[in-house]
Amino acid sequence: MMTCEYNLYDPSWCPGCGNYMIRKALKQALEELEIPPHMAVVVTGIGQAAKMPHYIGANGFNGLHGRALPPAIGIKLSNKELTVIAESGDGDTYGEGGNHFIHTIRRNVNIAHFVHDNQIYGLTKGQGSPTTAMGQVTTLQYDGVKVEPVKPLALSLTMGAGFVARGFSGDIPQLVELMKEAIQYRGYAHLDIFQPCVVWNKVNTFQWYKDRVYKLPEDYDYTDFNAAYQKSLEFGDKIPTGILYKVEKEIYEDRFQFIKDGPPLVDAQLDPMDAEKLLKDFY
Amino acid sequence: MNYSILIGGAAGQGMDTLAQLLTKSLKRHGYFVFKHSDYMSRVRGGHNFIQIRFSDNQVYTYEDKVDIIYALNKETIDLHKDRLKEGGIVLADKAVGDNEDLLILELEDTAKTAGNSRAVTSVGMGVILKLLGLDPKPALEVIESTLKDSIVEVNKEAFGKGHEMVESRFGLEQKEDKRILIDGNTAVALGAAAAGCRYYCGYPMTPSTTVLSNMEKWSGELGIFTEQVEDEVAALNMALGASYAGVRAMTGSSGGGIALMSEALSLAGIIETPVVIINVQRPGPATGLPTRTEQADLRFVIHSGHGEFPKMVVSLRSVEDAFYQTARAFNLAEKYQIPVILLSDQYLADGETTAEPFDFKRVDIERNLHEGDLPEGRYKRYLLTDSGVSPRIIPGKFEDKLVLVDSDEHDEYGNITESSLVRKSMVDKRNKKGDLLEGEVQEPWIMGDDKPENLIVCWGSVYGPVKEALGLLQKDGYSIGALVYGDIYPFPTKTLKEKSKFAKKIIDVENNSTAQLDGLMREFALIKSDEKILKYDGRAFSVDELYNRLKEVVE
Repeated sequence: MMTCEYNLYDPSWCPGCGNYMIRKALKQALEELEIPPHMAVVVTGIGQAAKMPHYIGANGFNGLHGRALPPAIGIKLSNKELTVIAESGDGDTYGEGGNHFIHTIRRNVNIAHFVHDNQIYGLTKGQGSPTTAMGQVTTLQYDGVKVEPVKPLALSLTMGAGFVARGFSGDIPQLVELMKEAIQYRGYAHLDIFQPCVVWNKVNTFQWYKDRVYKLPEDYDYTDFNAAYQKSLEFGDKIPTGILYKVEKEIYEDRFQFIKDGPPLVDAQLDPMDAEKLLKDFY
Repeated sequence: MNYSILIGGAAGQGMDTLAQLLTKSLKRHGYFVFKHSDYMSRVRGGHNFIQIRFSDNQVYTYEDKVDIIYALNKETIDLHKDRLKEGGIVLADKAVGDNEDLLILELEDTAKTAGNSRAVTSVGMGVILKLLGLDPKPALEVIESTLKDSIVEVNKEAFGKGHEMVESRFGLEQKEDKRILIDGNTAVALGAAAAGCRYYCGYPMTPSTTVLSNMEKWSGELGIFTEQVEDEVAALNMALGASYAGVRAMTGSSGGGIALMSEALSLAGIIETPVVIINVQRPGPATGLPTRTEQADLRFVIHSGHGEFPKMVVSLRSVEDAFYQTARAFNLAEKYQIPVILLSDQYLADGETTAEPFDFKRVDIERNLHEGDLPEGRYKRYLLTDSGVSPRIIPGKFEDKLVLVDSDEHDEYGNITESSLVRKSMVDKRNKKGDLLEGEVQEPWIMGDDKPENLIVCWGSVYGPVKEALGLLQKDGYSIGALVYGDIYPFPTKTLKEKSKFAKKIIDVENNSTAQLDGLMREFALIKSDEKILKYDGRAFSVDELYNRLKEVVE
C-alpha cells in the first residue's frame, strides 16, 4: 500500500519561527488529503520559507529568488497528475517575483500558492519587504519604510484569482483546512499566511497578529467579489482570516485540448516521424 | 546561370507576400533559391527591400548585382539602379517612374481591371515570370495554396494579365522541383518538433519570434505546449520546471532576452536540468539594430550565467544544420543534464532557401532517463559518479522515490549544504561533465583544398558567403580552404591544429567587430589568425563583398 506519510527533516529555522507551524499544517493537509509524497511537488524560490522542500519529504524544486511560480507552472503543465504547491515568502512572491505573480493569476493554472508573509526579509537579515508597513524602522530603512505596502489579497482579487485566502501560523487547525481547500481548488489558489519573524520583525509579532486576526463569520459569502474586496483591504486593528473569495473558473490546462483530454505531456510517446507531416508545407 | 531579383518599397506595400509567392514559384520551377530581406524596424514606410537569387546550382547568399528590380516606389530606383547587371531591367508602375530606361507598365490600372488595385504586386509577379520566360502554372498553384480564398481569384487574374503584358527576355527552362523552401527559424522549430520538444515558451523578440510562432502553429497538432509568457525570466524558469517534470523543453530569444535568462541559465547549471535555448542574434548592445544581423553574442553566451558550470554552445550554419543540430541539442542536453545553447542570427533566421528535404529518420531521440531499479533508501539526484552524470529520474514515476533539485549548493540528495568537502565534490562533478563534452564536440566542417595555404576560419551562418567566395577564389587558382565551426563551445581544436600547420595565412571571417572566434582559437588552441575580415554594419556578407575582401588578403 502506498504510504501518505510525509517525513520531516531538521530545519535551520530559528526557534519560534512561524515556518515550523506552517510546515506542520502542510504535512497534515497533504496527509489528510492522502496525496502520496511522490505525487506532490513543493516549488520554492529563495528565502527562509523557500527552504521548505529540504524539510519535508515531498518532491522539491528549490529554484531562484522570486521564481517559484514559473517552474511550478512548467511542472504542472507537463504532468497534470502531480499536486504542485508553490511556496515562498513575501519578498520572494510580491517583490522579486511580482511579475510572475500577476501573470500566474491571469493563467489560472491548477496549483496552490502558499505565501509565508512575515512582513520582513528574514534570510537577508531584516530589510523591509513589500508588505512591511510604511514608516516601520528596519535594519536597512533606518528612518522608516517610505513606500506603501503591497495589499496581496486585493492584488490577487483584482487580477482575477478564483481562490483568495488568508491564514495565520498561530491557528493550525484553520491553516490545515485552508491548505486543503487551496490544494483541492481547481485553479490557482492564493493563500497568504501570516507568520511572525521572531528575530527581524519586532513590530508584527505573534501577539500582534493574535490581537488582530479574526475568522470570517459563518454566514460570510465568499462568492461575493465586492465583499471579498472590502475584506482584502481590512488591515488595521482587525484583520480577517479564512477564505475571502472562492468561485469556479476555467483552468488554463483546459484551454489546451491535448492537455485536457490527453495523457500528461510527460507520458507522450516521442517519435520524430510524428513531426514529418509538417514538412509538406515547405514543398 | 545565376539571377537576382530585387523588390523594393515601403513597409506595408505587400512586398512580403509578393516575395513569398515569387520565391516559392521559382522553387516550384525547380531552381535553387535564396531569399534575403533587408527590413527597417517599422511597420509602415521606410525603405525595405528583398532580394531573391536563384540558380541551377545551390546558392548560399545574396549578390550585389541584380538582373531585375521591381520598384514599388521611386526611392527603390534611386537607391538600387546602379546595381543592375548589364541587360538588367527595372520594372515599375507608371506612377512610380517615367524614365525611358525603365520598363514602365500600367501595373496598377491592370490590377484594377482584374478587380482590385491591391493585386498590383501579382501583376508585377506575372510580368517578372514572363520576362524570365517561365510558365505561369506553378505560380498560379502557389497563389492558390498561399493566399486567402477570398483573394485568390483576383490575384490569379492579375497575375495572368501581368504575364501577358511582356515578352520573354531571359528564356529560362523549367527544372525538376524536389527540394523544400525554408528559413532558419522554421528549420529550428522543425528540429525541435522532431526531437520531441513538448514545451516551448518565449517572449516575442525580433528576430527570434518565428521560432515561437511556428511551435504555436503546430501546438495542437503535435501536442506541444507553447506559450507567450510574461518575460524571458519566466520563460527559462518554466522550461526548467517542465524539464524537471520530464518533458523536453526549449525557449529562445535574441540577445536582450537571453541576457534576462542568464540567472536561470545558471540555475540549469547547478540543478543539472537539461534545456535547449536558442539565441537568434541581432546587433547589440542593448536594443541595437532589431531587424538586422550580427554574430556578436558568441562570447556572451559562452560566459552567460554566473558561476562555473558546463554548457554547450552550437552555432547553426545553414537551414539543414538548424534542423539536425537543434534535434541533436535535446539529446546532448539530456545526456549530460546541461543547458545547450544554439546560436543563430537574423540572416539565417529570416533567409529563406532551398534545401534537401529534412530526413526525420535521421533524428534519434535519446532521453537518457534512468530506467529500472534504484538503490534502497532516498534517491540521490546528484549521486557522485565517475562520469559526473547522475542517474536522472522524474518525479511521480517511482513510488518510493522523491526528486529534489536545489539552486543552493547541495549534497547528493539535493539538500542544501555548506560543507566545504561536498561543495568541492559537486563542483568537480559538474566540471567532469564539461570534460566529457570536449569529447562530444564535432570538429568544424572542412571546405576547399586539403592542405590550403590560405585557411579561412569562420562559424555559424557565415558558412554560406564563405562557401561561395571560396569557390570563386579556387577558380582563380588560389590554394584556399576553410574551417566552419558549428559546435563552438567547448571549442574543438583538433582540426584547427592540423590544418594550421600547412597554412601560410589564417583568415578569420566573422560578422562582428572584435573577432571573437579568433579569441577562442588563441585561448583554446594557442593559434591566432593572421588576417581578420569583420563586418559589423548589421548586414550579412554578400558573396561579392566577401570575395573582394578575401582577394585583398589571400596569397
